[in-house]
Amino acid sequence: MLSDLSGWAIAAVAVLGVLSVASGIAVFVVDSMARATFALLGSFLAVAGILLALDLVYLAVVTALMMTIEMAIMAVFMIMFMMNPAGLMPMTMVHNAKGSAVVGAGAFAVLAVGIWTIDWPTRSGEQPPDSTRQLGEAIMGSHMLVMLTIGIALFATILAGTVLATARGRYDRFGADLTARRPDDPVPGGLPR
Amino acid sequence: MPDADTLPEMWGVVPAALAVALIGVALGLVVAATDRAVLTGRAAGAAVEPLRASARLLLEQRRTTLAPDRLLWRLGCVALPTLALLSLAVVPVDGRTLLLTSADLVWFNAMEALLWAALWLVGWGPNSFHALTGGYRFLAQGLAYELPLMFALVTVGVGAGSLRTTDVLAAQEGLWFAVTMPVAFVVFVASAAAFAFWGPFAAPTAADIAGGVTAELSGVDRLLVEAGRAIFLGATAAMAAALFLGGDSGPWLPGPVWHLLKTLAVVAALVWIGRRLPVLRPDRTVEIGWMVLVPLTLLQALVVAVLVLTGFYA
Repeated sequence: MLSDLSGWAIAAVAVLGVLSVASGIAVFVVDSMARATFALLGSFLAVAGILLALDLVYLAVVTALMMTIEMAIMAVFMIMFMMNPAGLMPMTMVHNAKGSAVVGAGAFAVLAVGIWTIDWPTRSGEQPPDSTRQLGEAIMGSHMLVMLTIGIALFATILAGTVLATARGRYDRFGADLTARRPDDPVPGGLPR
Repeated sequence: MPDADTLPEMWGVVPAALAVALIGVALGLVVAATDRAVLTGRAAGAAVEPLRASARLLLEQRRTTLAPDRLLWRLGCVALPTLALLSLAVVPVDGRTLLLTSADLVWFNAMEALLWAALWLVGWGPNSFHALTGGYRFLAQGLAYELPLMFALVTVGVGAGSLRTTDVLAAQEGLWFAVTMPVAFVVFVASAAAFAFWGPFAAPTAADIAGGVTAELSGVDRLLVEAGRAIFLGATAAMAAALFLGGDSGPWLPGPVWHLLKTLAVVAALVWIGRRLPVLRPDRTVEIGWMVLVPLTLLQALVVAVLVLTGFYA
């Protein structure tokens, strides 16, 4: 399986893989919310680097893009829900340390054993000249149903999360019979209404 | 068209990377000088001022704060100019890019998103109230314009049928994209100014919070942040000229000169207009971004998609 890759690509994948695991471990070692967040981001960026070394540019860049935005939004959630919103003081980042360590090590062992023992099929046909186009055609063609299902599930999760998180609903904003012309918001939005 | 597809193939890897970095720094200086000229109303000396200020910051001793998160602070400061230069790697120079990927537009967007996170680090690092407030203001603003910016880039990709910037240039042989995508053009340039926390989007560094993210910066750190901001504005102007104004296409003059002239025009327009607008309050940006700009950019993408189907760009 590895024979398709050049020497430097294998080296890059190995180094980035170690880097990704190391910063993943750092998430549980550091004592500040910001450092944990950015250690996690570093881990994801290393994974994006691995995808880049495998010449899957779109997947690599989208991984970097999405994970960065995710971590930034995590920082927003930090001020919304943490007991210490600024997070400037050291705090322990670990909950249920033993359980999560067992789960993490178990998952790592299962995946590693699986990856190295499975008899992977060899490539049939040529490598496509443009993996981005091929990916797009797969998503918009044969795998559209999967992507649509995942998309709707994610969207529903976002809505449910927001509904659970917000303390104010439309009755608070527009009155009991929803007749108020202007919403009663603690912070006015940008539009004149 | 040239034989080589990328700058490294033509000049070698190290010279090409150095050349792009130099172009970035030069663009940053141009932005800073234009900004200075518009602010003071005097063109004389404006070109020298950024150099003089840079030299002074290089010599200045670094101040520090009580119990800063030094690692993340330095990381954020170094990341800003680095990411600005990396975003320049997919901007075509003389019809070629430093990096030829099949997803250039997404690469550019990813660098902007990383810039977003990096500036929050600059605000977080010094363990200072004003800097942290500025960092969170920047996060809040980013939530507002990230989506419209993505749709603006998607529109370009749909029009060109490709995410490569060189293909986008080729698709504008007949007509500039700015003609059929005016909304995407304006949103792209405005969000770029916003990602550089500059002009009307400078609330993260505003005077009401004592300079915000830049409040505790001094010496080399301040130089890195200011340089990153200027280089990113320059890189975006070059990208806007390539994506919407036909890049290096034009009569009589050679291609790179046209691209340079268009980039300078975008910089001049951006600074001239941006410095005449008041600073937007960060709590006002999300509703405008999501209730006005997202529908507008979606509509723009729809119009372009219909035009593509009718064979308008073929």
